[in-house]
Amino acid sequence: MILEQISVFVENRAGAVADITQTLAEADIDIKALTLADTGDFGVLRLIVDAPKKALAVLKLAGSVASLTPVVVTSMGNEPGSVAKIARALADAGVSLEYIYAFVAREAGSAYAVIRVENAEAGDAVLLKAGYGEDFKL
Amino acid sequence: MRALQTERLVKQVKHTYENVVPYRKKMQEKGVEPGDITSIDDLSKLPFVNKDDLRDEYPHGFRAVPLEDCVRIQSTSGTTGRRVVAFYTQADVDLWDECCARAIVAAGGTKEDVVHVSYGYGLFTGGPGLNGGSHKVGSLTLPMSSGNTERQIQFMTDLESTILCCTPSYAAFLAEAIHEAGLIDRIKLKAGIFGAEAWSEEMRRNIEKNLRIKAYDIYGLTETSGPGVSFECEEQTGMHVNEDHFFAEIIDPDTGEALPEGSKGEIVFTSLTKQAFPLLRYRTRDICVLSRKECSCGRTLVKMAKPMGRTDDMLIIRGVNVFPSQIETVLLNQGYPANYLIILDRVNFTDTFEVQVEMTEEMFSDEVKFIEKKESELLAALRSMLGISPAVKLVAPRTIARSEGKAVRVVDKRKI
Ligand SMILES: [Zn+2]
Repeated sequence: MILEQISVFVENRAGAVADITQTLAEADIDIKALTLADTGDFGVLRLIVDAPKKALAVLKLAGSVASLTPVVVTSMGNEPGSVAKIARALADAGVSLEYIYAFVAREAGSAYAVIRVENAEAGDAVLLKAGYGEDFKL
Repeated sequence: MRALQTERLVKQVKHTYENVVPYRKKMQEKGVEPGDITSIDDLSKLPFVNKDDLRDEYPHGFRAVPLEDCVRIQSTSGTTGRRVVAFYTQADVDLWDECCARAIVAAGGTKEDVVHVSYGYGLFTGGPGLNGGSHKVGSLTLPMSSGNTERQIQFMTDLESTILCCTPSYAAFLAEAIHEAGLIDRIKLKAGIFGAEAWSEEMRRNIEKNLRIKAYDIYGLTETSGPGVSFECEEQTGMHVNEDHFFAEIIDPDTGEALPEGSKGEIVFTSLTKQAFPLLRYRTRDICVLSRKECSCGRTLVKMAKPMGRTDDMLIIRGVNVFPSQIETVLLNQGYPANYLIILDRVNFTDTFEVQVEMTEEMFSDEVKFIEKKESELLAALRSMLGISPAVKLVAPRTIARSEGKAVRVVDKRKI
């Protein structure tokens, strides 16, 4: 399924990530998954939250630079090779992967992948065809 | 000297009036004719020239002789439109060499010396200037240019260099590298001629101790010819101005009024002999003091103190002139807010130069490679504008003070 991921600019200073997550916590936004891409110079924090539009609004209000990006979220097996299988399915269909990260849902205990491709709908279709489920619930 | 200066000035004013249209216009606006200038004391009747005049007339406006009579150009750093190109006839090159030769002689140089020139060669005047001066003295000249420290040290030991010419920060860096390599006892240097950037007495003492030499200051600017406008003698209490070629005045930078000897103000130079690029009353923006106190070296040339600051916001970073406004121009062109902070420091004798820039919605992406691409485009644009590479640091929006009132754009932590 396609969800809106929120991405936030993180400057290279102590406490930058803490400030962002604090802002979200104060707005009662629940973080489902989070990953930080870091260059040593700056970072991009990527999050799956329960209310992305609200998250975007509160972060902008707090002075952050943030944006929403459609990503494909799918459940996957909890065993070794699961991510590789997804990446292979996309590659075989000619969909190139920008980045991918995995998380385990607290309630269900099962593993999920967040996949960023250029065209989220095309990527979602490929994965549905390959038998990946629509079963993630925010 | 004043008789010689008068004779040369009268001739130079006539030459400039006849051949430099923008300066003729300035004189006409001020109601001055060449005939009004009959003595060096009449100098203050003449209008000033500043860097913007030269930039506005880029490249040929201030050239006073046909191109076929020119043999060389040199140029200031900065991008097109901000650059100044200075032209030289063979006579101009000769007088420049002569001025630099005097600096080498004042530092104890003779034809027996080996002069190691580690200033950059090219459009920058440092390398060509000292190179020409060294030829004139008859010294063996090593045209090393800057960089490649290992090779510098190898030539210094193998060819027994005796006089080093470079920026003071590079001299300090070389000194450290020589000690690290354990080669100080194989170094035959006796003197160094260091210029093109600010340096303190403390830095001088350090270089002198570490290289076991006497360190001399030298001053000049591309607009007037290059290094050698003034130079230090063994007394090390200011730089003698080659005033038979460059007449120095101190003015009040706000009113333009000429100030008496000993006053602190902006130093202004009039080139008395240059043919191709004759600047009359060129405003350097350097704050300085002139003194005619007798010098123990016997030279009677007026002495200028080491410049004590600038009347504008120009920064000298690794020997290159940088104006904060240039950085602002690049940021606006690249779609960034004109809100930035320049942070300067000196680490291991080299200037560090960081520009903090605020991140914007337009520059942001969830993909790091997109942001990095934007960042490297900005870096390339800054490099081509400034002639040197800053480090760019992206910071969160609205974290740099806004520009209302007097915004702090530069944090200079360099201890020089
Ligand atoms: Zn002297």
